[in-house]
Amino acid sequence: MTRTQEIAQGVLKGDRRSIAKAITIIENGTPEAQELIATVFPHTGKAHIIGLTGAGGAGKSTLIEKIVREYRLKGKTVGVIAVDPTSPFTGGAFLGDRIRMQELSTDEGVYIRSMATRNYAGGVSRATKDSAKILDAAGKDIVIVETAGAGQSEVEIVNVAQTIVVMHAPGLGDEIQAIKAGIMEIADIFVVNKADRENANKTTIDIQAMLQMSNKKDGWKPPVLKTVALTGEGVPELIEKIEEHRCFLETDTKHRESLLKTKAEAELIEAIKEKVSRTLLDQLRREGKLDKLLSEIVEKKTDPASAAEKLLRKTINHA
Amino acid sequence: MEETRKIRVLIAKPGLDSHDRGAKVVARALRDAGMEVIYTGLRQTPEQIAETALQEDVDVIGLSILSGAHKTLFPRIMKLLKKQGLTDVMVFAGGIIPEEDVTEMKKLGIKEIFGPGTTTEQIIHYVTDNLPKRD
Repeated sequence: MTRTQEIAQGVLKGDRRSIAKAITIIENGTPEAQELIATVFPHTGKAHIIGLTGAGGAGKSTLIEKIVREYRLKGKTVGVIAVDPTSPFTGGAFLGDRIRMQELSTDEGVYIRSMATRNYAGGVSRATKDSAKILDAAGKDIVIVETAGAGQSEVEIVNVAQTIVVMHAPGLGDEIQAIKAGIMEIADIFVVNKADRENANKTTIDIQAMLQMSNKKDGWKPPVLKTVALTGEGVPELIEKIEEHRCFLETDTKHRESLLKTKAEAELIEAIKEKVSRTLLDQLRREGKLDKLLSEIVEKKTDPASAAEKLLRKTINHA
Repeated sequence: MEETRKIRVLIAKPGLDSHDRGAKVVARALRDAGMEVIYTGLRQTPEQIAETALQEDVDVIGLSILSGAHKTLFPRIMKLLKKQGLTDVMVFAGGIIPEEDVTEMKKLGIKEIFGPGTTTEQIIHYVTDNLPKRD
């Protein structure tokens, strides 16, 4: 058995060391990653994947700790993937989400992994998505993916998770503007955290007002819940809503099927993009033509789209 | 798919002291050197540290201690790491560890001890130069 197969088999048995190694392989994007995913893929689809996003300081990590505890009380096993940004300047990252969850680290039913965004070509989605698959295949009942709320990555979480919780808190400034741009549509559940603070009601009303203007196509009405993550207040209600949403997804089989296909399509497109660009770029590099082509673009002799099309046509004709 | 092997480091604070300025300075320096640094926060048990190192699949662990309890905590941490099969992880330590204890600590498998006055460059170089080979 190859090392990758050993790790894959370990993952399927729920072995924590194998899970750790598997996620590293995925993060590093080495060729073994594909073999790994191919092996575990048939065993995925059992976990309920929850995406949790929101502005920095909203209390995401603290709330996750409470959510995990609540699920553990119900006898569910949980995997957590906590994403923090990589510095675009140094490539380094400070991953501090665990600080709020460390008491969970010795619970064998919980697996927590911190992940840096690493400026992936396909955004944060591929690595987190594949890591969620690993935790799913390893038998975790619930997988929670936490992403920092900064622009695109929030919206990308749609392709990873089934239930999306968007978090907000009073006193973080006028984030309503940010909420308008895309994030409003992705939320299945809104949470106003730090509900013991003044202005929490106003934040809740603002979101509710905004919700009345939008309409989700699937017929699910996103509730707005209040929590105090520090004390755990409102967390049982949140879990209830998450489970309700899960039931909603499962009962409407037609909707579920189209949802799964949409996700599959997004994943396929992403995989094609990655494979094609890698194949073409590798070829250019091998033939030593990349630099020349880049110069041509700089000198405006050709444009990137035309150059790409020419490359693609040439490769297809050769095949 | 980009192929990027990143150095992952766990900075941990075992025991009961609450001075984490040093740990945070080191964490920040390693981050700025391009590493992925996971910080546990204060008051960690040896069990929490070993389990975190396993789940995060780190290459390096930096232990920061100022309480004087290193002779109790470090042997337990090293024993647990061994039990978890994490013998390929490089462990260094820093904080207040008296000169006369250094040999004993190194015998446990702790590769290096950095006392007060160490520069962040020294630590960065040490980590990059002594990176363990892991598969």
